[in-house]
Amino acid sequence: MAGTQYRGSEIKDVNQFMEDAAGLESEREKEIGQHIGYRYDVNLVPDYDRLTPYLKEYMEVMGWDDLNWLEDIHMGYEDGKPAVFDRNINGWVRVPDSVALPDNQQDRDMIAREMLLKFQMSDRHPLVTLRKAYMKF
Amino acid sequence: MAGVSDAELKGMSQEERVKALGMTTEQLTGKSMYIEFDPDATERFTYPWAPDVDFNKRTEIDTDEMTSTEVNDEIRAKMNEGYGSIVLKNPRGKHSLGVGILNKLNLIIEGSTGYFGVGLIDGPNVRVNGRVGWSCGENMMSGTVVIEKNAGSTFGAAIRGGDLVCKGSVGSRTGIDMKGGTIIVGGDTGALSGFMMQRGRMVVCGNAGKNLGDSMYDGTIYIGGEIQSLGVDAIEAELTDLDKAWLTRKLTQYGMVPEGGVGHFKKIVAGKMLWNYDNLEPNEKKLIL
Repeated sequence: MAGTQYRGSEIKDVNQFMEDAAGLESEREKEIGQHIGYRYDVNLVPDYDRLTPYLKEYMEVMGWDDLNWLEDIHMGYEDGKPAVFDRNINGWVRVPDSVALPDNQQDRDMIAREMLLKFQMSDRHPLVTLRKAYMKF
Repeated sequence: MAGVSDAELKGMSQEERVKALGMTTEQLTGKSMYIEFDPDATERFTYPWAPDVDFNKRTEIDTDEMTSTEVNDEIRAKMNEGYGSIVLKNPRGKHSLGVGILNKLNLIIEGSTGYFGVGLIDGPNVRVNGRVGWSCGENMMSGTVVIEKNAGSTFGAAIRGGDLVCKGSVGSRTGIDMKGGTIIVGGDTGALSGFMMQRGRMVVCGNAGKNLGDSMYDGTIYIGGEIQSLGVDAIEAELTDLDKAWLTRKLTQYGMVPEGGVGHFKKIVAGKMLWNYDNLEPNEKKLIL
C-alpha cells in the first residue's frame, strides 16, 4: 500500500518511537517541536498468516471473511510507550509492561487488535458508563 | 458509581444520571486518562449490553405500514429475542432504516431505502437488494454492507471501519471525510469523491468525476476507469504488488473482480503538501519576536 510516505520523520525501525519518544527528525519538526505524521504506517495491511486464535474466532463469530474494522488498528506509541488508539474513547490505551512485544510491526498489530477488542467488549470500558449515563433506548 | 443501581438510574433524568455516575468530574482528554489494557481480560466478541443472537434464528418484518422508528424498534426487539437474521420486507424507500445497530446481525432489506440507511452501525452484515438514498452507511464503525443496485451521494460519509459495497454506481462526495474502513463501488462515482479523506481505502471499478481525492490527508483510492480530474493535493502513486494482492482479495470477497484483473487500476494518494496547518504559529511568533 502507500507505505511510509511521511513528510516528517520516516519510520525506520519498529522500536523507533520507544527509544526516541519525541521522534523529531526533519528541520520542520525540530522547528515546531513536535512529530509530524502517524507513528505507525496507517496503510500497512494485515498479514493473515499471523492471525491469533482469538482474532480468528472473532471473524467467525461476526460472519466476516477478514478482520474488517480491525484492519485499521495498529500498535502505536505514546510518550515512548506502546499503546493502541481506541476510537470509542478518542484516546490511547497503553500496553502493560508485562506484555512482551514481538520484533516486527505485523505481530505487534495483531496483539494491538486482540487487546483493543477485549478491552472494548469488557465491562471496564468507559463506554459502558457513558452508555448508562446517556443511552436513549 | 458502584452504589447506584440500574433501577435507580432508570428513574433519573439524564442530567441526574451523569452526576450520579461521577462523569462531570472526569477528564476525557486522551492522555490524562492513562488507561492500561488488562492482559487477563475475558475473551468476548460483542459489547456487554448486546443481546446474544443466533444467525440461524431468522424472522421477517413487513415494514409496509410502519414508520422508520417503529421498524428500528422492532429490529431491536427481535434481537432481544435472539434473532440473528432479520429480513425487512416492503421498505418502500423509507429513511433511516437499520440505523444504530451495535451488534452482530444479518439484516436483509428486500427493496430500496431512503436517506441515511444503516448509518452508525457497529457490527452487522447488511444486504440491500435494491437502491439506497443519500448517506448510506454514514459513520459506519464495523460490519459489512452490500448494495445490489445504485446509491445516492455521500455514500459512506465519515465511515470509520468495515466494508461498504455498492455493486452499481454512486453519486458525488463518496467517502467524504472517511477515517477508515473500505468503500467499494462496482460502477462509477461522482465529483469530489474522497474529499478530505483521512484514512481507509476506496475502490471504484468504474470512472471517477471531478476533483477526486480533493484535500485528502491520507488513505488510498483505487480507480479502475477514467478520472475526470484530481483534486487539490491528490496525486497518482505506483500500484505495487501488495496493492494488487489486497485489491484482488477484497474484490473477490464480493464477487467484483474485473475480467482483466486489477492491474489496470490507478492508485491515488495524498501529496501531503497540505500538511501545513501547524506552519503559522511558529513563524508568526518569530515575526513578532
